Amino acid sequence: MTTPGAPAVAPYQSPEPAGRDGFAQLVHAEWTKLRTVRGWLIGLFLVIVVTDLLGIFGGGFSNVACITGPGARPQTGAACTPQVPTGPGGEAVQDTYYLAGQALAGNGTLTARVTSLATEHGLPSGPQGQNITLQPGAVAWAKSGIIITASTRPGAAYAAVMVSQSHGVRMQHDYTGDTAGLTGAASAASPRWLRLTRAGDTVTGYDSADGVHWATVGTVRLPGLAATVRAGLFAAAPDWEQSTTNVGGGENGQGGPSLATATLDQVSASGGWTTGRWQGTAVGGPDLSQVGYQQAGGRFTVRGSGDIAPMVPGPGGREQTIEQHLIGVFAGLIVVIMVAVLFITVEYRRGLIRTTLTASPRRGRVLAAKAVVIGSVTFVAGLIAAVIAVIGGVAVVHSQFGYVYPVTGLTWVRVVAGSALLLAVAAVLAVAVGTILRRTAAAVTVGVVVLVLPYILGVAAILPGGAAQWVLRITPAAAFAIQQSIPAYPQVDNVYLPTTGYYPLAPWAGFAVLCGWTALAFGLAVVLIRRRDA
Amino acid sequence: MKDTLWAEWTKQRTLAVTGWLLVTVAVLTGVISAAAAAVAHCPATGCGQDPARVSLAGVAFGQAAVAILAVLAISGEYTTGMIRTTLAAMPRRITVLAAKAVIVAGLTLAAGAVGVLGSVLAGRLLLPGHGFTAAHGIAPLSLADGPVLRAAAGSVLYLMLIALLSLGLATAVREPAVAIGLVLALLFLFPIVAHVAVSQEWQRHLEQAGPMTAGLAIQATTRLHDLPIQPWAGLGVLTAWAAGALLAGALVLRLRDA
Repeated sequence: MTTPGAPAVAPYQSPEPAGRDGFAQLVHAEWTKLRTVRGWLIGLFLVIVVTDLLGIFGGGFSNVACITGPGARPQTGAACTPQVPTGPGGEAVQDTYYLAGQALAGNGTLTARVTSLATEHGLPSGPQGQNITLQPGAVAWAKSGIIITASTRPGAAYAAVMVSQSHGVRMQHDYTGDTAGLTGAASAASPRWLRLTRAGDTVTGYDSADGVHWATVGTVRLPGLAATVRAGLFAAAPDWEQSTTNVGGGENGQGGPSLATATLDQVSASGGWTTGRWQGTAVGGPDLSQVGYQQAGGRFTVRGSGDIAPMVPGPGGREQTIEQHLIGVFAGLIVVIMVAVLFITVEYRRGLIRTTLTASPRRGRVLAAKAVVIGSVTFVAGLIAAVIAVIGGVAVVHSQFGYVYPVTGLTWVRVVAGSALLLAVAAVLAVAVGTILRRTAAAVTVGVVVLVLPYILGVAAILPGGAAQWVLRITPAAAFAIQQSIPAYPQVDNVYLPTTGYYPLAPWAGFAVLCGWTALAFGLAVVLIRRRDA
Repeated sequence: MKDTLWAEWTKQRTLAVTGWLLVTVAVLTGVISAAAAAVAHCPATGCGQDPARVSLAGVAFGQAAVAILAVLAISGEYTTGMIRTTLAAMPRRITVLAAKAVIVAGLTLAAGAVGVLGSVLAGRLLLPGHGFTAAHGIAPLSLADGPVLRAAAGSVLYLMLIALLSLGLATAVREPAVAIGLVLALLFLFPIVAHVAVSQEWQRHLEQAGPMTAGLAIQATTRLHDLPIQPWAGLGVLTAWAAGALLAGALVLRLRDA
């Protein structure tokens, strides 16, 4: 309104050119907010510190004395480091079995018929447990059949077709590969015919119930297999174990070595191979004195102990996995949730949100910029923390003569970078929950409870086994599956439960559950920040 | 002290969030416990599961809401600036903290008792249908049974002690996010680290020292000799944690400007 007679005043206009208000400017603004609050920077630094302190020293690894064999004197130091062979794929393996074999050059076929497979449990007895007495007992994955192996050195490449005690005919190769064939156990009335054919790097396994009608079980490639291989009849029986898990942790159990006794006949070679003299080898060293083989006419009796399979972490093992050094991620996660929640709730508490939304009225974009900033910063902090924790933790264990399961480079990257990704997505979830609830304490609690508590309930055996599995399938805590470095193998009997480090979901599937919850929460947060007055 | 108590009661009573949190404590405890009882399974070969512990599993969740309630009782005053009015009106700061402790503990006891009673009832009704029967050597849950009564009453006390621990820590650090983060870290990190500890002895010590692992030993009714710490001793450890936190809170409140 102008008063008559007063001079007209030109409205002020800033000489500065209008600034751009793209998403990049918004991200820059949020980054400036994050960077200039000292407490948050300390928090992000603390993420690295707590993750690494717990990861490197939290395992409480100490080089306690070990007993290397029945009746042996307790030892310490390097003698306690388990000697574990490594398979062709770089994984830790068990490779102990009895082989009645011979060197065979070039291509050819080996056939045999399994007529029985019996097993016994070994029980330590005597004053120091130095004697083993045998008593009949079932061993589901005891196996016997034909094997073609690069050498009798433990960890060598191989392909085998076999009869197992409770899982039918199997074709296995290079420790991790496992294909099912005919079902049912072998007996004199219902024997199992087995056949392996080598053609260059390719090995094909066949099975038959009558020796006339053959079916292919599987075809596998053994890259770089030498021209001359060891091939023959084998038997193995993994250690038996009976244990019960107590509620609240702790296991009671007993176990020991097992012995498999298999009878095979109708052994023949064809297609370029001719059989000569058989030679017995206790591959991986005999862990029972009863192993061996006898030949009477065309009948072979092979007694073997041990297993040809990947080695997996189980209850009570002293061997460690790399993810055990990422336990500090839980502590880091709590700090990340605190910082990420404050990143939004402090704006409401101080009233800064009104300035923020005046400067950038498109509210969804503000939230997206916050998510981008907190997510990226957390990812970087988490990655630094995880790399140091795993490298440092493994170095500490090695310096104490402990053993850490080897993993491939790709798995290592997935476990370490996955932990950083988990922290980053959790930070975005926390921002969303903070926006929805606006209450700092409530938002931090919700974030921690949905991400950390399900894990505790799962691993600490507070909940019954089935419930623990479901909790780690449907809650955001499912994402910790991304840290599991050793998969569960169906051909190895073990306690595959969260308490022993096995998640019910595959690594990326578990991570996707967290991403799904985060997307849901973020969507709700965008709707609410648009609808509600600031 | 009476006036201070009355003032604190008025503050708590007139906050809408207090009512919601108390309902959350009771409902979360009861519902999660019932869910755990509904999925529990006791085969004929022996279940290895403690029926009291299964049917009180919800306490682990209920404690989170208890922690929020206790943290907000003091941090809320710092974020709004109310603390300056409070301390101007009642300059004896330790009395203020004591009054807050009494009110928060009383509210938690009431809500916790409702939740725990609901849990025991759910366990009594649901567990026999899942193999927890006399035929398997397990009597139906009953508060007339000494160990079950101890587990149930102890769980209510556990929630109260968690409230006092949270109040003490929140008084010491003031910022609600940091306070609740600290409380939850203190509760949850002990069992997690104990789980990965390679040495059994180290694992046992961690479970004896952690406020949650030691405190929840009060819920055990079977295989007491396998526990890292005995029930009442475990609750004693949690009491020590709560007393230490309250002492730290009292010192900071006394010595630092509001």
